[in-house]
Amino acid sequence: MNIDSIQNGVVIDHITAGSGMKLYDLLGLDKLDCSVAIIKNVTSRKMGKKDIIKIDADIPVDFDIIGFVDPGVTLNIIKDGVRVDKKRVDLPEILTDVIKCKNPRCITSTEQELKHIFKLTDVTHKVYRCVYCETKANL
Amino acid sequence: MKSLISILDLSTDEILELISTANDIIANPDKYREACRYKKLATLFFEPSTRTRLSFEAAMLELGGSVLGFSEANSSSAAKGESVADTAKTVSCYADIIAMRHFKEGAPYVAAQNATIPVINAGDGGHNHPTQTLADLLTIYREKGGFENITIGFCGDLKFGRTVHSLIQALSRYSGLNVVLISPVELKLPSYIKKDILKENKIPYTQTTSLEEAIPDLDILYMTRVQRERFFNEEDYLRLKDSYILDPPKLKNAKSDLAIMHPLPRVNEISTAIDSDPRACYFKQVLNGKYIRMALILKLLQEAAK
Repeated sequence: MNIDSIQNGVVIDHITAGSGMKLYDLLGLDKLDCSVAIIKNVTSRKMGKKDIIKIDADIPVDFDIIGFVDPGVTLNIIKDGVRVDKKRVDLPEILTDVIKCKNPRCITSTEQELKHIFKLTDVTHKVYRCVYCETKANL
Repeated sequence: MKSLISILDLSTDEILELISTANDIIANPDKYREACRYKKLATLFFEPSTRTRLSFEAAMLELGGSVLGFSEANSSSAAKGESVADTAKTVSCYADIIAMRHFKEGAPYVAAQNATIPVINAGDGGHNHPTQTLADLLTIYREKGGFENITIGFCGDLKFGRTVHSLIQALSRYSGLNVVLISPVELKLPSYIKKDILKENKIPYTQTTSLEEAIPDLDILYMTRVQRERFFNEEDYLRLKDSYILDPPKLKNAKSDLAIMHPLPRVNEISTAIDSDPRACYFKQVLNGKYIRMALILKLLQEAAK
């Protein structure tokens, strides 16, 4: 299957097979006017299978969301058809307004204007806790 | 340290410094009578807690300062829908330090993020109550001379008891700790605390349902209340309630220097016959709570002045 190369934009590579659509939704890519390609189950030497997302526009990408959903993915920044930067995205230390605290006793449940902030407290087990009430996020 | 929200905001050195100041206040009260002259403590109690509020107010008054505030949400601007952040910003214009109790978990954290003065968490729902833990630590320090090489038994409701969880967390940073967990099966310490604190810090612990069997080994017995509403059925409650009432016969095999603690208020879990026993420390704990709050207010105001 052929997908055209992009001129200016972002290629999100090494996405765990099956996580592509989740990233697409969380990054709000459905709201973009430009071409966006999700390529699923691509054969990969390293991973066996992987997903890839190609965005044909120079848009700011939320690294926190990417790192949270699928740590280890690679971001390739393309300018004039050439890769100018490559970044590996890991688990973010802080997540702001990506997930919501579900503890009904948390202050965020009554004060709507507060940002929902989670802090990474255990890298090995990917544990995030609400900074207000310390409730573990259900991922 | 600008504010105190959780006991883990304090390093072990800072805890020792607070204990040392509290001990100096106890030994030389006159030295501190004017220490906070012209300073104001705002007690923002969105949920009633008479003993904690009085302890904070007594602490500030004994330091020569003044107090202002409210004791329930109905008499505050929260009743009109003001946010915690706005309340904290407003009160920062009137007072020098805030002690806040709130029914929502994390409210004092929000206040600390928005106030320009130090904020002390005086209890946020079932979450944190660091000054109770400091009162417990000062009591243990004064009764046992330190925190190392002690065997402490926690008895009663270990599942919902926030003071138990915080004290275990605070003590887990010292070596030689032995923990005995005494509770009905229904009210055992939550497994995440066993895993994240006790196992993580390699603290030896045993679990038992029998207070009588556990008592001979203990240096400290920390009692809590077994509440009727925690049980699924009345039969279980009635079967178990008396097992966790401390009375003179249960103390028969206890060490002569056992320290009996309780965060209070008690209902019937410690017989009043124990009150005159020299091993009873729970009213000393109340007094220590005032002294450690004095030390904390002093420290936070000194750091804010820097």
